[in-house]
Amino acid sequence: MVSVVYEAPDSIEGAVNLLANADVPAHILAGGTDLIIQTNGSSDAERLFVDVKKIAGMTEANLTDTALVLGPSMSCAAFTECDDIKAVFPGLVEAAYLIGSTQVQGRASVGGNLCNSSPAADTIPALIANGAQCVIAGPGGERTVPVEEFVTGVGRNCMEKGELLKQITIARPAANTSDAYLRFIPRTEMDIAVAGAGVSITLDDNGTCTAARVGIGAVAPTALLVPDAAAALVGSTLDDAALQAAADAASAASSPITDRRGTVEYRRQVVGVLVKRAATIAAERAKGG
Amino acid sequence: MAKSHVSTSINGEPVEYLCDPGDTLLDVLRNELQLTGTKEGCGSGDCGACSVTLNGRLVCSCLVLGVEAEGAEVGTIEGVGANDKLHVIQEKFLEHAALQCGVCTPGLIVSTKALLEENPNPTEEEARYYLAGNLCRCTGYDKIIRAVMDAAETMREGA
Ligand code: FES
Ligand code: FES
Repeated sequence: MVSVVYEAPDSIEGAVNLLANADVPAHILAGGTDLIIQTNGSSDAERLFVDVKKIAGMTEANLTDTALVLGPSMSCAAFTECDDIKAVFPGLVEAAYLIGSTQVQGRASVGGNLCNSSPAADTIPALIANGAQCVIAGPGGERTVPVEEFVTGVGRNCMEKGELLKQITIARPAANTSDAYLRFIPRTEMDIAVAGAGVSITLDDNGTCTAARVGIGAVAPTALLVPDAAAALVGSTLDDAALQAAADAASAASSPITDRRGTVEYRRQVVGVLVKRAATIAAERAKGG
Repeated sequence: MAKSHVSTSINGEPVEYLCDPGDTLLDVLRNELQLTGTKEGCGSGDCGACSVTLNGRLVCSCLVLGVEAEGAEVGTIEGVGANDKLHVIQEKFLEHAALQCGVCTPGLIVSTKALLEENPNPTEEEARYYLAGNLCRCTGYDKIIRAVMDAAETMREGA
């Protein structure tokens, strides 16, 4: 059995100190829904768990006039109850709502989903679509990384020893902007994405798309920002040709694997379809419809 | 390895215990506190047999560390009924024969209570989605859902 040393510091500095000075493998404990399982089967003799949920701001979300500031360890259950955030970022909230069962929602968090860095994480394409920024605290101070650069590989991210995700921030979108996230799973609930797509759309008064961001998940080692898909949408009224071009761009950007959830060909096709549908839903929402 | 001292509240009663920092709350409930109503099905967050509430939120106790209960309020199946009186949800599970082996039942009852506190008038679909994290190997779910819907109705009438 692994022996765990548990610390629950009440400040970012305290957490960074513990993480930076650890001489055994150190882990950040947020909701624990991934970490506790991963540790069960581990062969390490000793591990340090730094519970970050006692640190001010870690489990809260704050939507101001200019930005959403999300405490990375806020449970998905609490996050998805925030009606003000849902009104502005419905797609991001939907993505958070798709993670696990009611019980898992009670502990799992958006920041945990991001830091676990699974290729199939539901919130990452939605965060990418919304241009989220990751504020990382470490021994040398703070740095900010765009979410599409945060994850660097399967289960890997850019955080160095001693670093900790302090906040996820998203600028409040322009008027007539909204988002959507869709994933495909073979069941209706409690499954892992075969493919996922998050899209944010800004429209002008004539219904022409003036800005877009497209994030795709589960079709490459990391979730991807797809600028070509966004470019296919901008300037259009989201007509069939533009949607198809965006879908084709997303399929082309993907580099999926075949596993028991789906084949390369299937995932490539489905991710395009999801981009089309998510773009259509985001545009409907952006119209206020 | 030094044990951690934890002060918490379980079903409204103050409780103190010592545990290894790596022990799950499920381990502590069952092995340390002899609250064996909470069951272990999978130990990996998949089955919901270990469902408890932590500060009012439904969670899998196999995915919570015992040390994390410090200062928290924990609710288990033992707190659902009174010693000599079953909760309506428990009565309805019996009435509808919503259990066979019973391993999933404590988790389902704790989850149903959380559901009905959040949403006293769920549709069948809402109930099925809410309880999707509670697996049952025996009943085929239909009797469980009938018990849940009946309990919801009875509780609404009683309110
Ligand atoms: S024992 Fe905790 S979810 Fe199965
Ligand atoms: S009654 Fe046996 S698992 Fe549900």
